[in-house]
Amino acid sequence: MDFSIVAEHYPTLLDGALITLYLTLLSLSIGFVFAVPMALCRLSENFFLAKPAYIYVLCFRGTPLIVQIFLIYYGSGQFRAELTGLGLWEYFRSAWFCAVLSLTLNTIAYTAEIFRGAIQAVPRGDIEAANACGMSGILLFRRIILPKAFRLAIPAYGNEIIFTLQSTSLVSVITILDLTGAARKLVSKTFAVYEFYLTAAVIYLVMTYTIVFIFKWIEKRLSGHLQRAE
Amino acid sequence: MIDFKGYGWTLLEGLQLTLLVGVCAMLVAIMLGLLGAAGKMSRSRSARYAAECYTVIVRGVPELILLLLIYYGVPTLIQGVATSLGHDIIIDMNPFTTGVLTIGFVYGAFSTEVFRVAFQAIDRGQLEAANAAGMNQWLVFRRILLPQALRYALPGLGNVWMILIKATALISIIQLEETMRKAYIAAGATRQPFTFFLAAAGLFLGITLVSMFVQTRLESWANRGQPRYR
Repeated sequence: MDFSIVAEHYPTLLDGALITLYLTLLSLSIGFVFAVPMALCRLSENFFLAKPAYIYVLCFRGTPLIVQIFLIYYGSGQFRAELTGLGLWEYFRSAWFCAVLSLTLNTIAYTAEIFRGAIQAVPRGDIEAANACGMSGILLFRRIILPKAFRLAIPAYGNEIIFTLQSTSLVSVITILDLTGAARKLVSKTFAVYEFYLTAAVIYLVMTYTIVFIFKWIEKRLSGHLQRAE
Repeated sequence: MIDFKGYGWTLLEGLQLTLLVGVCAMLVAIMLGLLGAAGKMSRSRSARYAAECYTVIVRGVPELILLLLIYYGVPTLIQGVATSLGHDIIIDMNPFTTGVLTIGFVYGAFSTEVFRVAFQAIDRGQLEAANAAGMNQWLVFRRILLPQALRYALPGLGNVWMILIKATALISIIQLEETMRKAYIAAGATRQPFTFFLAAAGLFLGITLVSMFVQTRLESWANRGQPRYR
């Protein structure tokens, strides 16, 4: 096993790692923005908000991410004429757009479920106290429920971030040169299977555990007063 | 009606293989999970260290990289060893075996956490009583620990199953003829990718819904006789 070959090709791997991080960040930020309304729809009493949200979450959590990626990337080709008529074909033919779209739609579903659970886990007593003070509606959400819910959601959301980071490796199958894509390309060029896949694995490990430690720190800062004594 | 242009049956054949891979991988995952949980709770420091490494690696490395590493790497390794011993052989890893082993390996780590929590949730007093009655280790495990741990482990294992069966779609990348791969081939032959990937998505959604139903029933069965809120 000769790791000097990795030293020769490390710029490609580094670019791949940066693309992986960028893809993760992009899909998570857009996903976060849409997931909160989606969670609220799920919890809504209005049938026409709750049911479609439920079906959305069920479909995107119940099917593999790779099926979703293929569906959007290859599947949109079947509707080329219609999409060109709508002026969207230029977007759907690009692998980057399809990758971000599928990752975002997927993470919206998982994140919405996390937020839904967190909102439902806000202690009843706090809500009653707020109602007793005369708070209701949007003010209640803004000042009591959402801050507490976000704090409760932090561990699960940290897991979701790691999950998204690892899911980005799947976009290598639609020709995006993220870390996995770069590793596969270099392996097919040099046949140094171990060196490149092991290096890619180590880089993913480092990225994952950096995020794990950051989240442990955040949890400690925000919810330290709620932790049990170890 | 949707026209599958004669490829409908091959999709169902792929579904069969998907389920087969899922069941085999789940068995591997459960065995590795029990081993890992035993390792994490053991008194030996090296066993705990090994189990900890196992979960750390699986959490940090994407499944696709592990899959590629094993599929392309193991034959290279064995061939390398064989050549250094003087034999000149060529071997190929069967995609089915690779898939089952990789997915089982990855979800074994998830199952380790599930089993660890389940075993730790059992009341210590039961173990003391069993020791006082003179039961040996194996009998204690078989009659006391396992039945009660099953009740706590079922929800977690059900979740692992649902994530695992979706992960089997990844094996299509190393050309195993399961649902995704069949859909890909059919889509290529008929130029209707959306139809076939949607059908594949529908099949996975069907598996998910059936699994959710079965899990609810199994949990009711496992919790029979336990006090419930009325």
